[in-house]
Order: sequence, then structure tokens, then C-alpha cells
Amino acid sequence: MTEAVLELRDLHVTYRAAGVDVPAVRGVDLTIGPRDTLGLAGESGCGKSTIAGAVLRLLPRATRVEGEILLEGQDVLKLRPGKVRAVRWTTAAIVFQGALHSLNPVQRVGDQIAEAIETHARTRSRRTTTARVGELLERVGLPARRRREYPHQLSGGQRQRVLIALALACEPALLIADEPTTALDVMVQAQVLSVLEDLQRDAGLALLFITHDLSVLRSSCRRLAVMYAGRIVEEGPSGAVFDEPRHPYARALASAFPTIGDPASRYRPSGLAGDPPDPTALPTGCPFHPRCPVVVDDVCPSLDVRLRPAGPAREAACVHVGGDDDG
Amino acid sequence: MNPRFVVAKVTGAIGTLAFVLAFNFFLFRVVDDNPVDNLFRGRNLSPTQIASLEERFGVGDPLALQFVKYVRQTLQGDLGLSIKSSRPVSDVIMDSLWPTVWLVGTATALSMVIGTLLGIHAAWKRGTVTDSSATAFSMITYSMPDFWMAMVLLAAFAINLRWFPTGGFEDAGSTATGLSAFLDQAHHMALPAITLTLGYIGEYMILMRASMLDTVSEDYLQLARAKGLRDTEVRRRHAVPNALLPLVSLSALNFGYVLSGAIAVEAIYSWPGLGRATFNALEGPDFPVLQGLFLLFSASVIVANLLADLLNGYLDPRVRLS
Repeated sequence: MTEAVLELRDLHVTYRAAGVDVPAVRGVDLTIGPRDTLGLAGESGCGKSTIAGAVLRLLPRATRVEGEILLEGQDVLKLRPGKVRAVRWTTAAIVFQGALHSLNPVQRVGDQIAEAIETHARTRSRRTTTARVGELLERVGLPARRRREYPHQLSGGQRQRVLIALALACEPALLIADEPTTALDVMVQAQVLSVLEDLQRDAGLALLFITHDLSVLRSSCRRLAVMYAGRIVEEGPSGAVFDEPRHPYARALASAFPTIGDPASRYRPSGLAGDPPDPTALPTGCPFHPRCPVVVDDVCPSLDVRLRPAGPAREAACVHVGGDDDG
Repeated sequence: MNPRFVVAKVTGAIGTLAFVLAFNFFLFRVVDDNPVDNLFRGRNLSPTQIASLEERFGVGDPLALQFVKYVRQTLQGDLGLSIKSSRPVSDVIMDSLWPTVWLVGTATALSMVIGTLLGIHAAWKRGTVTDSSATAFSMITYSMPDFWMAMVLLAAFAINLRWFPTGGFEDAGSTATGLSAFLDQAHHMALPAITLTLGYIGEYMILMRASMLDTVSEDYLQLARAKGLRDTEVRRRHAVPNALLPLVSLSALNFGYVLSGAIAVEAIYSWPGLGRATFNALEGPDFPVLQGLFLLFSASVIVANLLADLLNGYLDPRVRLS
């Protein structure tokens, strides 16, 4: 059996804000094998980006992180600061969301890529680094000469591609894409996605793709996990999860996107009533029950359902799933 | 840099200078129609004396003619004659220029470096004892009037402890040359320089701290950390260069106030600079000297402002390349 690139075991992350504990991630297990692709979906504040930050230990110092985060077998939570820095970008790299703000505005984009290379391989000569920077830019479809430009001279899509090239600089085993297409318009979004998919396939990267846009994940990821209130509420092969979601929240998320070719769904996009739960005051029982369209009144407010089998290679956390009515 | 940007900034500076030149003339004419009456009010002057003084100041001429003369002479570097000493105003200014440049220039440069460093460290260690003590120190020194601080330091270190001389540029009747002259002058300059440095630090510290705090939450710092850079590298290569941008303008601008910035402190320490020259001219009052000093002070602020714009344009690629 090959070792997983990333394995989260019972991960808990608790922020401390103004003296109050804010549980953002509440017991998440995830495994991504080599060359595997996993999509992580959920609405804002469900804890999905917190997971990205936790993997590279980028969260604020006062944050409590418990459980295990195994990157290629070693628990990053137990590493010395120096080792953590060495693991960052070489084992796992992040494609950040902010195409606008993730690049340093007063440094040439090529220098920002070169900095990552030089930080982890101090023996490289200037010339080989420059050549490598050009090569990386060409791999994401940008001419090598654009390394001399500043972020504001590039369009949003180009900047996002620079961020992808930057993430590839140290040939990581795992790429974490944290909402990489959110700020882009649809055409550019499609371009960036195809760049990302090609690279994942060609370079043999494992990919953890985080987004609130379930439709993006269907085509680019093999497996799909849906998060709600700091937990995974459904996980399975992406086609199955997207087309026949078992958890009512996953169903709401999937049907929030109109089906192409079905005009009826365009005119009646089914949203979800209510707001995401306040992490400092989560509902009792199943955290989704106040918004759930199929709530069972005498069960859900008191029963905190954990993930249970829901079909071939699938799991969901809902009382309606499993047992005899599982089909 | 974009040539049109440079041309626009230089044109703007020249226009402002021209305005100041005109304004400076009319400012001193508004005070009274006849400077001779105004200056020698209550003294017994014979009609001949008055006529000769009016002749010297060109008071009898129509205002427009006076103005043309003033502009022509100023452009030729002739700022008129001092009433008190009858010396050319430009000589009076040149005598006082270097002591001021030395004193205030040193204090400005020192406070800039110290204040900026304090601001960087306070912001990076936000909420710690380092931060709160640096901030408190800056607020206290910033809010103290410079003439008050000058008198306190003078009383403590020159009069009581006798570590430093009480004033002047060098020892009276000093004939020293070379290194010993330099050391003597540095000894005299220490107290006024410390006073001014303390007074200026706060502005840089507080602004740099605020600017750094804005930068600390930027996404590109998170990315720099994720790349595996050390904390000090993140600060030096990514946070500081961005946080410094707003300070460049302030610093360049403040160099414009070097010449005019220390009137009270120079007067207290009897430092023979432009500040004390201003103080003396006000006592006179010696309007031609004041007029010349005002022109010089305005010009230095305008030139510094121009340099601030150009420097900012050079440092920030978003300004430079757009």
C-alpha cells in the first residue's frame, strides 16, 4: 500500500478571538493518496480554508490545532519550526485565492517565484534559477519574459497562473488550491481550471481543491467531500456525490447550480434558507437541523450523527442515510 | 519612469515656486504701505533720511514697478539688504545655512532611522511590551514642545551635569582646526541635535507602525510565510518594502523643513543657524531678511515635495509604470 500524501486524523482547529474559543474544524478525517484529487466544498466559514492553513501551520499563533496532520507520513504538528519551514512549499504548496492580493506588489513576479526556489535550494546559481522560473511560467501558459513584470501589469487570470507556477516551484507532492478561481470571470476561470488539471495530470501531483463551487469540483476531482460547520458531512466519488447527494446539505449545495440544458432549474435555483451557523453557538444535535428541509423533529435536535456508510465508497452524516433505506 | 509624470511634477513645482515668489512680495507689502514708516515708527528721522531710505527700498515707485524689480533681482540672486546690518540678505543667509543643515539634517536623518526601526519592531511584535513601550515613548516625546524639551535638557545636562556646553557653535575664540574643531563643534551640537531627534522620532515611529500593521494582514505575507521563508525574511523582503512607501513621502517632505524647522531650539541653544537668524530678524524687525528667509524656506519645501513625488514614483512600480 502506498503512503498517503496527506492524511488528517481527527483534526480539530479552534481559533481564539477576543477571549472566546471559536471551533472552526471539529474532527475531520481525510486521506489523499499520490496523484489523487480531492475536492473540499462548503459555504464560507465552514472551515475548509482553515484546513489549508493548518496543513502548512500558517494559522495565527493563538490557534489550537489538535489531532494529526500527516504529510508524507510525518506529523507536521510535531515538527520543530525549522523543519516546518523546510516542509512548506517542498512537500505541500498552496495556490492562494487572492489573485489580487497574494502577490507582493513591489516585487517582480519572477523574483517572487525565484525566492521560493532559492529558499529551499540555496546552491542553485542565479542563471539556472532564472531558467527554471521561465520554464514554470511557460508551463502555466505565460511567456517566460513576463517574469520581469509586476503583479499590477498582469490580468487577474494571469496573476492566478503566476500563483500556480509559484506553487509548482519546488515540485511539491501535494498542491492545495484554496478557492483558486473564485475572483475570476467564467471564461478565465475555465482557463485556470484546465491549466490546473493538466498540471495535476502531467506532474503527478496530489490535489486538494477547496471551493464553494461544487460544479467546478465535479469535473476536476476524483473524490468530493462536503463540509458543514467544521465537519465533513458527505464524502464519495465526485460524480455520485454531485449527481445524487445523500446529505440534505450536499443536496442543497448541488442544486444551487442550474443544470445546463434544463431551463426549469435556471429559473428556480433552489437556495438554502437561513444563515451558516455561528461557530461559537452551534445548534445541538445535528448542526444542520435548523435549516434542514427533511428534519426529523424528535431525533435531529438531539442526535449528533457522525459519518456512516452511504453506498459504495461513500459516507454521509445524516439519520436518513444507512440501514435498510440505503440504496 | 514615465517622462510625462516627471514633466508634470516639475512643471507643478515651478508653478508653485512662481506663486510663492509673488505671494512673498505682496505679503510684506500688505503689512503697511510704507515699510520705512513701519520700521522706523517713533524715531526722529529728517526728511532727507526718509527720502534716502525710501529710495533704498524703492518705496516711492508704483507697486507694479516694485514687483518687477523684486522679481528681476530675486532671479539674479539679489535678495536686498538687511536693515539691521546693511549686509546683503544672501550673505546673512549663507552664513547661517551650514550650521542649520548640520544640526537639523543630522537630527532628521537620525530620527528617521531610529523612528522607522522602532515602528517596524513595534508592529511586528504587536501587543507585546516592546510594542507598548516603544509606542508610549514615541507618543510622549512627540507631544512634548521642542522649546520645553530644549530647556529641560539644557538645565539637566549643560547646567547641572556640565556634560555639554550651554550653547553656541564652538568654544568662544576657538582657533582649532581639523579634527579638534570638528569634535568641538560636535560637542556643541550634541544637545540641540538630541532635542530635535527626540522631537522628530515619534512621527516616524507612529506612521511606520501603522503602515506595518496595514501590511501585516496582507495576503502576500501569508504566501511568503507559506513559501518557507523565515520570519525575519518575511519582514525584511515583503513587509518592510511595502510599509515604507508611505514613509518615503513624509521623509522627503520633512527634509524640506530642515532649514526652517528649528527656530525655537536654535534660539535656546544660541546655535548660529537659520532658525536663530529668523528669530533675530523677527526681533528687529528686519523685513528684507525675513522676506529672503521665507522665500528660501518655501523653496526648500517645494523642492523636497518634488523629490518626494519623484522618489515615490521611482520606488512604487504601480506609480512608475502606469
